[in-house]
Amino acid sequence: MLRFSRASRFSLMAIVAFVLVFMYAPLSVLILNAFNERQVSAWPIQEWSFKWWVVAFESEEIRAALLNSAIVAFGAMTIAMVLGSLVAFALSRYEFFGKGTVNLLVVLPIALPGVVTGVAFSNTYSNFLTPAGFQIGYFGMIVAHATFCIVMVFNNVFARLKRMNPSLQEASMDLGEGLWGTFRLVTFPQFRTAFAAGALLAFALSFDEVVVTIFTAPPGVTTLPLWILAEMARPNQASVVNVVATVVIVLSLIPVYVSQRLSRTENEK
Amino acid sequence: MNNNYAHSAQSSSPKSATSAVSLKNLNKSFGDVTAVSNLDLEIPHGEFFSMLGPSGSGKTTVLRIIAGFETASSGKVFLEGSDVTELAPFDRDVNTVFQDYALFPHMSIQLNVEYGLRARKMPKAERTKLASEAIESVKLTHLADRFPHQLSGGQRQRIALARALVLRPKVLLLDEPLGALDKQLREEMQVELKRIQREAGITFIFVTHDQEEAMRMSDRIAVFNHGQIEQIGTPREVYENPSSAFVASFLGVSNLISGPPAKELFGSEQMVNVRPERIKLQKDGSKSASDEIAINAKIVDVAYTGANTLYVLESEAGLRLVATRLNEELPGQDLGLEAGDRVLATFRKEHVAKIPNNK
Repeated sequence: MLRFSRASRFSLMAIVAFVLVFMYAPLSVLILNAFNERQVSAWPIQEWSFKWWVVAFESEEIRAALLNSAIVAFGAMTIAMVLGSLVAFALSRYEFFGKGTVNLLVVLPIALPGVVTGVAFSNTYSNFLTPAGFQIGYFGMIVAHATFCIVMVFNNVFARLKRMNPSLQEASMDLGEGLWGTFRLVTFPQFRTAFAAGALLAFALSFDEVVVTIFTAPPGVTTLPLWILAEMARPNQASVVNVVATVVIVLSLIPVYVSQRLSRTENEK
Repeated sequence: MNNNYAHSAQSSSPKSATSAVSLKNLNKSFGDVTAVSNLDLEIPHGEFFSMLGPSGSGKTTVLRIIAGFETASSGKVFLEGSDVTELAPFDRDVNTVFQDYALFPHMSIQLNVEYGLRARKMPKAERTKLASEAIESVKLTHLADRFPHQLSGGQRQRIALARALVLRPKVLLLDEPLGALDKQLREEMQVELKRIQREAGITFIFVTHDQEEAMRMSDRIAVFNHGQIEQIGTPREVYENPSSAFVASFLGVSNLISGPPAKELFGSEQMVNVRPERIKLQKDGSKSASDEIAINAKIVDVAYTGANTLYVLESEAGLRLVATRLNEELPGQDLGLEAGDRVLATFRKEHVAKIPNNK
């Protein structure tokens, strides 16, 4: 363990504090302003109120956007859970031609700029699928989200499977358990926390995605982040936006927190 | 898979005509690498059979083919006379003790031992009872509710054994099960394994690269080299009459003599082996008996190993020999041989073992 002098320890702590303030002060202002009585954000807050929460809660528009976000995130997460795990199995268990390439191609979407992904999907849908008679619509948005959500599940499950002792499955079959039983009783319990952690991250990632969503959302469909973006153009509604943003923060934080806890208990074993 | 619980079935009547395990012309290759070639093997019921060889000699592959984890490239595997070549591991009445034990980390010790019984759809009460008995038989009842990572290596080893034996398999396969244990524990487990095998009457197939371990426990040993069996026999047979130079040098220390030095000493260039403990050392100038072969040599090196002292000798013709001598006397009362001393090395003619397979 590295030892620091009192002075260097103090300056390190100061740097950490500065970075954290820098990162979280804007978020705090936003959350506090969600309770501002005034219609536009301001500082310091003169009067506190839950007024905009009631407005937000009663708004049909916001509820529809929330529902859309939830559906898209859930759909993308589900696709990611299935495909991400399957790819992780293939790449961790088998040797085949082009394995490295497949690995790269699966992870690439998380690194690709959202604009590129968005344009690519948008073009594909409008230039190929629609002329061919497929109205992909809402599902297209889910598929586009799934491309980068897969990475979250894949990375988590893949890392776990790599560490898993392959003789556990052999032991299970040796003791008389069949293929499905072996998966259910031995293999799955070995990676289920990584699986859940990856799925939650995928959900969080999809839930607040903006760029790809702009390009792929069918006309008239709004997700929560898209709604916020649209409202920003009308600054007189800023306080409602703050309320919705607060909700988005909380809904994104919960999965990330749970996911971290899951990974941690797993690593402590 | 039949639904009879392995334990309640009458101990399967040993069909004396058929072997517990029989391998016919087995071949296995991984890509270009031949792991096993043209292997034939018969292992009778109730035998403690060891497969001994260096790593990469194919012994583990053969074990895995018997267990069903690998499919043979060609050839057949029979268990109790029936062809199981195409059967999956869960359809074979053999169980394996893995080198790393392969205990299920998310299950308690109790559930680990119950696992195979549960796969056989045994009712809960019955399997709990049997598993508890099995855990008791390895003296770990007090740990039944713990998890594998809370156990020591030796304890895990015992549980792995209990988990396999609770199913009363016809054949138990052991893949270097003692490799991870320290020496003292390993020797205790050797005795323990031998006792369990004798009491249960189960055929044990034991894979190891430790020749001492194999000799200590086995009824018969198969010495593997390059995917083939070089020799099969009792520990005494393979030690005393090794069929090849490889077997001679893999089991214990050997003095292989061939070519012109052999011709000079024994009248033939054929390779022979003399075990170091058979070579007697006497002070230079002593006389040898008529049924002995005598070599004048110089001591090159002396190594004290506790029970024995090991001498490296070099004859006038340049032949190198290793001789061991039991340290029966107290220091100072023995011959007091040191490096540089000249000695007369003698051994009896009947202690010279011809190596028939002289590659």
